[in-house]
Amino acid sequence: MNPAPAVKTLLIDGTDVSASANQTILDAARENNIRIPTLCHLDGLTEAGACRLCLVEVKGTARLLPACVTLVEEGMEVTTHSSRLEKYRRMILELLFAERNHVCSVCVANNNCEMQDLAKELGVTEVRFPYRYPQLSVDTSHERFSMDHNRCILCTRCVRVCTEVEGAHTWDVLGRGVNSKLIVDLDQPWGTSDTCTSCGKCVQVCPTGALFEKNKVGMHAAKNPDFLSYLNEMREGLR
Amino acid sequence: MTIEELEQIAEDARAKRQETARELKVCMAAGCLSLHSDTLKTALDEEVKRSGANCRVRGVGCMGLCSLGPLVQADPEDALYHNVTSEHAAELVAHPEGAVAKELVCSREQAFFQRQTNVVLENSGKIDPEKIEEYIAEDEYAALLHLLTEKSPNEIIQDVSKSGLRGRGGAGYPTGLKWGTVAKTVGATKYVICNADEGDPGAFMDRSVLESDPHRVLEGMIIAGYAVGASRGYIYVRAEYPLAVKRFSLAIREARKQGFLGNQICNTKFSFDVEVRIGGGAFVCGEETALIASIEGRRGMPRPRPPYPAQSGLWDMPTLINNVETFACIPTILRRRADWFAAIGTKKSKGTKVFALTGKVLNVGLIEVPMGMTLRQIIFEIGGGIPEGRRFKAVQTGGPSGGCIPEQFLDQPVDYESLRELGSIMGSGGMIVMDDSACMVNVARYFMEFCMSESCGKCIPCRSGTAQMYELLSRITDGTATLQDLELLEELCDMVSSTSLCGLGQSAPNPVVSTLRYFREEYIEHIEQKFCRAGVCECGKQREVLA
Repeated sequence: MNPAPAVKTLLIDGTDVSASANQTILDAARENNIRIPTLCHLDGLTEAGACRLCLVEVKGTARLLPACVTLVEEGMEVTTHSSRLEKYRRMILELLFAERNHVCSVCVANNNCEMQDLAKELGVTEVRFPYRYPQLSVDTSHERFSMDHNRCILCTRCVRVCTEVEGAHTWDVLGRGVNSKLIVDLDQPWGTSDTCTSCGKCVQVCPTGALFEKNKVGMHAAKNPDFLSYLNEMREGLR
Repeated sequence: MTIEELEQIAEDARAKRQETARELKVCMAAGCLSLHSDTLKTALDEEVKRSGANCRVRGVGCMGLCSLGPLVQADPEDALYHNVTSEHAAELVAHPEGAVAKELVCSREQAFFQRQTNVVLENSGKIDPEKIEEYIAEDEYAALLHLLTEKSPNEIIQDVSKSGLRGRGGAGYPTGLKWGTVAKTVGATKYVICNADEGDPGAFMDRSVLESDPHRVLEGMIIAGYAVGASRGYIYVRAEYPLAVKRFSLAIREARKQGFLGNQICNTKFSFDVEVRIGGGAFVCGEETALIASIEGRRGMPRPRPPYPAQSGLWDMPTLINNVETFACIPTILRRRADWFAAIGTKKSKGTKVFALTGKVLNVGLIEVPMGMTLRQIIFEIGGGIPEGRRFKAVQTGGPSGGCIPEQFLDQPVDYESLRELGSIMGSGGMIVMDDSACMVNVARYFMEFCMSESCGKCIPCRSGTAQMYELLSRITDGTATLQDLELLEELCDMVSSTSLCGLGQSAPNPVVSTLRYFREEYIEHIEQKFCRAGVCECGKQREVLA
């Protein structure tokens, strides 16, 4: 048995909170029912720190820190909600909506979409940025699943689950900047992949309608990423 | 290798220089090579052979005044010839006193040379970068030998701290502090990385140093390795610098042959070796965590810090990352003592800085000046001012992460703090001078296009934010923007710089913010009057047609 890690006490939104030294601000906040919005984070996967929605203010630091990767420290004073943070979070979602072709009304994930939920939660009522309307394809070559690049927000949850949990590393990212694109193996149709085990984990962790199961819409298209926590508990138990 | 052996090599090399009465040094760095200095050197060689003149022709590194290349330095008369071509070869070899040669002489007395202080560039243009003996002949590598046998790693780190040297890659983090952190961190293996992924538009300092004096960088890396307890080094050079890669690889091989690299260097317990890693054309790989990912063979994308590379870097081991110029300062600092270096420069920024002076300035080239010199001295004295009788408008420092500084701040000293106060940064040393033919909105748009295409795409603010800022700037330059667009642009600048994951995104809005700060009226003119005073943007041209 490893010795128990040291305990730190800190202040999150004015509430005194205690946490283990190896916990992140996000962990500590959730344990105390303080909600910090996240999008690329998913319990059971490594952190990407990419969506920047979980940025929080920490007293004494001019920079905003991502709650998902910042470890708690003794005496830290964390603010998870401020007008500045809310404004940035709304803008991040606006940028996402304007980046690709997110049309909720005709999306398989309508009402089952984490991005949509966040937009509601954060009060995104309009997108002020010009829509980019990129020309993107839909890959339906896999017998059970489809990939709609129009809905992809490049959170890389699928890449991480496929690499870290399934061990297949079928998914990866091609190109850079706004031209980044999720690819299968060597940028080939999903149906022709030699590495894909058709396990469907990528579909379950996808927060939007980018990855979806064929012939399932509406309530049937709800994603269930919770399997990851069970997997993790099992792993912990085996350890 | 012992001190005596080293001195023997140095003496032999010096003696070789005395063998001939005259010596012609031809610049063989990228600037002059692009003007065919290699054919010039061949012509000179043939001329010497043909005429049997008591003269030796040597290829050397960059002499600085790139705009007047190819350059040839003749010794012992210490004459510098500019714009030399193969046709001049016979005259230069046979009649140095002749009219043709006289016409080509470039005065050493001019401010361009007189106002510089050469530390990093002290051997540049003097020695053959492809011969280790020539570097040793300048009393180099002696510092390394003395250090390995006489000083403890801790003493070296204290010397570096005392010198006040700060990271030359742009951020200005105290080098001694960084070395100390890596030295104190416990790890099974430690690494030293030299960041030579110089990607700023208009910047060529690191390339010139690697092409002109590669052993200086290598020696700095070996000393760093000894100081922090590393056993392995990597230099990450961009693929666009084939000559730098070639010369540095050669330097590694020669150093290995002489026993400065490998197991038990110079019969001490210290073992260290260096490997070259070539970049794949991504600007973001200059960011340290992305660079490390790239060396590890992964996609070059940054990760959140902490942990900093000093704690957990390459293959999760403590890693020291410094820029080319930082390593290049080290041998001189340790040879000439820390207080000598600390006496140069300003209170908080010590030593010298190499700049790549380009743009609308008479003398385009590579310069090295003491910290604290004013922008006016650099641009108007060393640079020789603005050509074609045009007016100075702004100087852009720090590349896409920096900003534009207007005329009223030309008397500000160049150091890390004052440039930051002006809304720009020191950066790695790119300095682009602009005259009144430049449209500042268009300049901002150019740099934003660069950031957009170089964003790795990992975090949303940088990936999507730069694309939106570029779109908004394009609207302004083509005359279709409204004042709301400008407001949105400013809001985005604030958001992208506050929320982006790495330095690329955090500093991407700088060119926009700084031009808005000093040239706001130009933005307003574009929007309200559809007028570009420099006549660069489409909106201005349309107006002309209408009139």
